[in-house]
Amino acid sequence: MQTTNIFSFHGGIHPPENKAQSLTLPLGHPSLPKELILPLSQHIGQSSRPLVSQGEQVLKGQAIAINNGFLSSFLHAPTSGSITAIEERVIAHPSGLSDLCIVIEPDGDDNWTERKPLNDWRRISKTDVLSYLAEMGIVGMGGAGFPTQVKLQGAHKHPLTHFIINAAECEPYITADDMLIREKTEQLVLGIEVLQHLVEADQVIIGIEDNKPQAIAALNNALAQHNSTIQVAVVPTKYPSGGEKQLIQLLTGKEVPSGQHPADIGILCQNVGTCVAVHDAIYLGQPLITRFTTLTGDALKAPQNVEVLLGTPVKHLLDYAQATHKKISRLVMGGPMMGFTLNSIDAPIVKTSNCILAASKKELPAPAPEQACIRCGMCEQVCPASLLPQQLLWFSKSQEFEKAEHYNLFDCIECGACSYVCPSSIPLVQYYRHTKSSIREAREAAVKSDLAKQRFEARKARQEAEAAEKEAKRLARQKASAQKTEGKSTATEAKKATPPAAETKTAILDESKKLKVDIALAKNKLKKLQKQLVEAQENEHVEEINHLQLQVTEQEKILTSLEQQLEKMATTPAEKSTKAAPAPVNEELKKAKIDVALIGAKLKKAQKQLAESPDDKELKANVSELEKGLVQAQSLLDRLTPSTAAQKADMLQKASSKPTVNDDLKKAKIDLAIAKAAVKKVEKALKKAEELKAPEADTLRQQLLEAQQRVDSLEKALSNPQTQSPMTEATESNASTDESAAKNEQIKKQKIASAMAKAAINKLKKRLAAEPDQAESIQQEIAAAEKRQQEADALLAQLTQSQDTM
Amino acid sequence: MALLRITSPHTQRAGRRTSWVMLMVILATIPGIAVQSWLFGWGTLINIAIAAITALLSEAAVLSMRRRSVVFFLTDYSALLTAVLLGIALPPSVPWWVTVTAVAFAVIFAKQLYGGLGNNPFNPAMVGYAIVLVSFPVPMTQWVGASDMVSSGSMMSLSQSLQAIFHHLPSIDSYTMATPLDGFKHKDSLSSAAAFNSIVSLKGANLSSWLFINSAYLLGGLILLVLRIITWHTPVAVLSSLAVISGVFYLIDPNHAATPWFHLTTGAAMFGAFFIATDPVTSCTSNRGKLVYGTGIGILIYVIRTWGGYPDGVAFGVLLMNFAAPLIDYYTQPRTYGHKKAKKGLTIKEDN
Repeated sequence: MQTTNIFSFHGGIHPPENKAQSLTLPLGHPSLPKELILPLSQHIGQSSRPLVSQGEQVLKGQAIAINNGFLSSFLHAPTSGSITAIEERVIAHPSGLSDLCIVIEPDGDDNWTERKPLNDWRRISKTDVLSYLAEMGIVGMGGAGFPTQVKLQGAHKHPLTHFIINAAECEPYITADDMLIREKTEQLVLGIEVLQHLVEADQVIIGIEDNKPQAIAALNNALAQHNSTIQVAVVPTKYPSGGEKQLIQLLTGKEVPSGQHPADIGILCQNVGTCVAVHDAIYLGQPLITRFTTLTGDALKAPQNVEVLLGTPVKHLLDYAQATHKKISRLVMGGPMMGFTLNSIDAPIVKTSNCILAASKKELPAPAPEQACIRCGMCEQVCPASLLPQQLLWFSKSQEFEKAEHYNLFDCIECGACSYVCPSSIPLVQYYRHTKSSIREAREAAVKSDLAKQRFEARKARQEAEAAEKEAKRLARQKASAQKTEGKSTATEAKKATPPAAETKTAILDESKKLKVDIALAKNKLKKLQKQLVEAQENEHVEEINHLQLQVTEQEKILTSLEQQLEKMATTPAEKSTKAAPAPVNEELKKAKIDVALIGAKLKKAQKQLAESPDDKELKANVSELEKGLVQAQSLLDRLTPSTAAQKADMLQKASSKPTVNDDLKKAKIDLAIAKAAVKKVEKALKKAEELKAPEADTLRQQLLEAQQRVDSLEKALSNPQTQSPMTEATESNASTDESAAKNEQIKKQKIASAMAKAAINKLKKRLAAEPDQAESIQQEIAAAEKRQQEADALLAQLTQSQDTM
Repeated sequence: MALLRITSPHTQRAGRRTSWVMLMVILATIPGIAVQSWLFGWGTLINIAIAAITALLSEAAVLSMRRRSVVFFLTDYSALLTAVLLGIALPPSVPWWVTVTAVAFAVIFAKQLYGGLGNNPFNPAMVGYAIVLVSFPVPMTQWVGASDMVSSGSMMSLSQSLQAIFHHLPSIDSYTMATPLDGFKHKDSLSSAAAFNSIVSLKGANLSSWLFINSAYLLGGLILLVLRIITWHTPVAVLSSLAVISGVFYLIDPNHAATPWFHLTTGAAMFGAFFIATDPVTSCTSNRGKLVYGTGIGILIYVIRTWGGYPDGVAFGVLLMNFAAPLIDYYTQPRTYGHKKAKKGLTIKEDN
């Protein structure tokens, strides 16, 4: 066996090892706890997605959660039993917060699910082996919990020169890897062979600190038996030689470039625990459900290493190791240098828990009060990353983030060596963590503000473009009006000839104005009533609801009758005098436009409300109704405009045909823009809904489709008027146009009536569903409405026929 | 059961607190103080006592004015260390009010007014020393001579020392003489050889007493190195640059320049290199920075000794390099792990 060169790294410390305590007893196997708590996030990356539901029975080794994205992992039941809950539990995390966990109550039988070892791993494709490892839930067990298959895939970027097995275990107290190597030497070697088959590195080196003579001997023995080419590199005991970057430097003399990964320089590191887990998965078909954990600390009477099921609560292990709970002053998961304190003894063991340190007050006393930094430079002497910790502290304290970054703060591996030696007891690492997260936050904020700036600038540009367009249009209009005055001299003669028509026009105008005011008043009242109704519904005053409902329907009736009147006003003069037609049509056009705008505004408001409270069914119904209304109004408007265009066209004769077409075009353009804006809005809402995973995403998608269709139709319309209106103008005589316009009006009216009836039916049906006790009366109303609708439809059919025959 | 919730690391190196560091530096001066007392009498010890009392009182006064915990900060021993260093540096027969002025100025103005320990840009002891050197040049240049060479032929007794310091000793002149550096500085046009033969303060006995003193401080400095309280960079840079520059000038003009050995074994060469220049607060941070910083001090010591207005240049050399330390720090950052080159200055460039 060839020996490898051992290099050195800058700094490092020699804290008391405290490893002997946990090695006096043999490997322990704690009993099954009452419940196993399996956090869905035991690895770096997204939380797993549960595959089971509460109450389900699971077998040992059965997958209970599936990976949720690229950087995620599977999770398996560590024993057979039933799922008692999937809920928030305290987890082992520096934050001390809770997270979603699957809770299993063991049935005590420990029944395995069917195990399917991958014995032909040498023959099948490597991708299949990798996906198999993913399904077995294998993640890096050294600390970060990086999904192993992802790391192995990443290793293929460059040809690998070194495949390093990290057995250094440099943290004081921890002996889990030491024990693992001693207990599972064979499995470790086989696991390394599988991994080496997958990554095909030039050299395979096991890096191990010289304070584990028994493990080294066991390894050498096993490797000799296997005739293996795997080398064992014994490195001097120095913290943090087990840090990935430091071990790489120790064994290869190379440094991982800042901001890159070991794979970028052809090196892959795996923890010994991961290698054994790979062996268990490949050869035995066992997913990752157990791990070696060191139980140590002065508060334990029987410190030892245990092979423990994932999800075992820490309390169970403390009891197993005969803890004196009163003595525990600090409960650390991981080692004393980089571990984190636990909030509660109920937190479970996860895939990355290598040690539970139950320390007494004497063992890990509370830190001494922080003194001033005297820049003694002891931190600098021990920093394995060759940083200047005293300068970084200065910058961190004064929040000079740029300088801190310039002094390579982000190359800090947070090993804690600087804090360990600091004579002034300054919690340096904590300062660095804080500064790092502040810088990250600032970066994110900067990205956000950049986006906002871009948006703002885009908006400004758009507004400027719009203003420019308006200006251009205004100029075009000016030009057109200059032309019009020429045309008017001929038109005035025609106007003089029909003074009575003008008189009737004004009378009708007055009346329609009055009606409009009435309608507005009625609408107001209706609104008020509706508001009251909603309030009553919210407060569940049943009587009031009924009363108000009646009032609302009455008011609606009044409103519709008023509107009908107004329409009649608008249409009758059209029938009476062809000359007076333009005004009412104009009126109606205006009204339709107003309607569109009103409904649009309402729709906007409702959508906003919907976005705020996405679960409100009533609101959703409201929105869809409003949209229907909008479509109707829009179609009405669309239908109205060509007729006005035609009328205007014949009034102004051929000379003035151009501006009309222009107007039409403009209007269509505006409509298109509105529709496009609506599409955008719906798209935005949809995006938001998808982000929130809100249930209304589907309906929003539907809306989007509809809106896009509208845009398409409008675009078509936009291209049509340009060709159509001059054509109609050319072919049709004045009289026929007017007549057809009147007919059109009627058809429209009937259509509206039919649509209204339909809407009423819909509404009633909804009410029927909501208030089954009033079923009879509502049913009657529905019948009446249906009748109305049928009538309207029949009339409509007649009208259309007559128009067709004309 | 309330579990302690703090972030890692959870252990600290036992014992080595800031107060321990300060105490060790104080204790490392003992060999030097012992030799100085053996050669020059009780003066140094009395000076240290006066300085210590003054330092503790002024520190306590300012701390209570700043509403800081007096006991907590007094027990970091930093004020005491300043006092000890000043007591050593001042001539053994200097009147008490000189010591009090120097120490009070050092603690109040050079240290506490900047924010206390860790925030002072200049070495407090050297600021105090420079103030009294500039203000009271006469008592500051009267150094007690080797006992068998001064006119009285004996060392000052304890009572004589007390009288000299607290009252006035009319026969003080019979106990003092120029230091070798002073003597060499005022040799005027004499050649080196002639000066060493004719000038009293450059006679063998006086030279060897300064050799003993410097050796004792060298020993103390080595103890600090072994304890890893200081690194080798600053003292080695100071001494080697002093040796090199004096060697160069000695080679150029052996008749008028002193040997490197003379420069290294007289005055405050060793004391300055191991105890003054290594003050962590005011010196450079990185190892390379310390080399530059120390080299600068060594060169300045030679420049001041040879061409300046004062016989020794440690105080001004250190103070001048204190000015330069932050700048040096910017240009001597170490190469961080994973970076191809060390960063220089503060221009934020593309990461390498």
